[in-house]
Amino acid sequence: MSEPQLIAPEILATRLKIVGLQCIRDDRILFDQLNFSVSKGQLLQIEGANGTGKTSLLRILCGLTLPTEGAVFWDDCDIESIKAQYWENLIYIGHSNGIKGDLTPLENLAMARALGSHPTEISLEDALEYVGLRGFEDGATRTLSAGQQRRVALARLLITKAQLWILDEPFTALDKKAIVHIEDLLDTHAHQGGMAVLTSHHTVNCRHARIHQLRAPRP
Amino acid sequence: MSAFGILLKRDLLLAYRRRSELANPLLFFVMVVSLFPLGVSPESKVLQTLAPGIIWVAALLAALLSLDTLFRSDFEDGSLEQMVLTHHSLPLLVLAKVLAHWLVAGLPLLVIAPFLGVLLFLPTDAMFPLMVTLLLGTPVLSLIGAIGVALTVGLRRGGVLLSLLVLPLYIPVLIFAASAVATAGTGLPIAGQLYFLAALLTLSLTLAPFAAAAALRISLS
Repeated sequence: MSEPQLIAPEILATRLKIVGLQCIRDDRILFDQLNFSVSKGQLLQIEGANGTGKTSLLRILCGLTLPTEGAVFWDDCDIESIKAQYWENLIYIGHSNGIKGDLTPLENLAMARALGSHPTEISLEDALEYVGLRGFEDGATRTLSAGQQRRVALARLLITKAQLWILDEPFTALDKKAIVHIEDLLDTHAHQGGMAVLTSHHTVNCRHARIHQLRAPRP
Repeated sequence: MSAFGILLKRDLLLAYRRRSELANPLLFFVMVVSLFPLGVSPESKVLQTLAPGIIWVAALLAALLSLDTLFRSDFEDGSLEQMVLTHHSLPLLVLAKVLAHWLVAGLPLLVIAPFLGVLLFLPTDAMFPLMVTLLLGTPVLSLIGAIGVALTVGLRRGGVLLSLLVLPLYIPVLIFAASAVATAGTGLPIAGQLYFLAALLTLSLTLAPFAAAAALRISLS
């Protein structure tokens, strides 16, 4: 991984801010007093051993789960009060791909674009070509391999414009070439002022990547 | 196209791709009803009095049987999360899913019911009222069911719990609908029962999507 960019903090426009976040699952404190922020053009990689609450953290960032304590702020507004507006700026790709096995990749993307906000100019076929699925447009997604299904999910990053990407283990099941592709995509996104929060056990080779270590609190 | 239309189209397309599963509630409905002449009595007098109740109980159980498919697959493959994380109103999306579900699971019951009526010697005067009660009643079953499914979709074995949650709420529909059909058979007016069913439909149409949306948010968190 490369050096974090040396820009004075006040120049960076902070958009996502996490204040005093605590998460308790099954009477176990996963994390406590968690504070960090993500500014325009930053990629934040969350690192931590299995079971330290990475996925829980991402789901809280999305607004799917409520934290036990603390809050997530988007442009200094609590996301609980501006959910629709926040979600317009968000793409979340979780553990499950969120695609229907009975639909073709093309239909899945058409659906995602239709329900999402701010569609981009790229055609759905080009988006599939970018993730290396040319020739697989018209078969049921169910018949594709795990890596290919992951690629369909990741193609969502291309077809709608969102400021913030929240990606849970985006590289699962992907081959090396696809990982490089997605890293390029992340770099371009950051370069254009976008933000991303992702978890991964790989080292993410992006110029803009910054790492936040999530440690299990001492028992 | 609006988000409502898009989701409705998607769900109908998905239902079409899994046509074999579509027949399940319908077959169940037909089988349950056709067992009664064998089990109780083939006499027309007996069946005639039981017919409204039999058809409606079978319709209710068929609706219950089909409910689980409403949110299950979307929950398991993560589509539900994606639906929640859009700027569209979740109650509206829920309503689209319920409408799609009713079109594939409720409407066929309505079409087949007159044939089952004939099988059970239901008086001809009661045929049309039977269709009307099913038209007003089955959407209520889907809408109320949606709340129950939304609450139990996160549980691994929510089947029995779902029945316990939903069946008590189905009882008013059963009472008014079966009573309407039975009354119509004797030639008396049934406007009162139909108004009650219409009121139940209005109530569930306006409130159930909100309750189901809130329940889905809980299930996902």
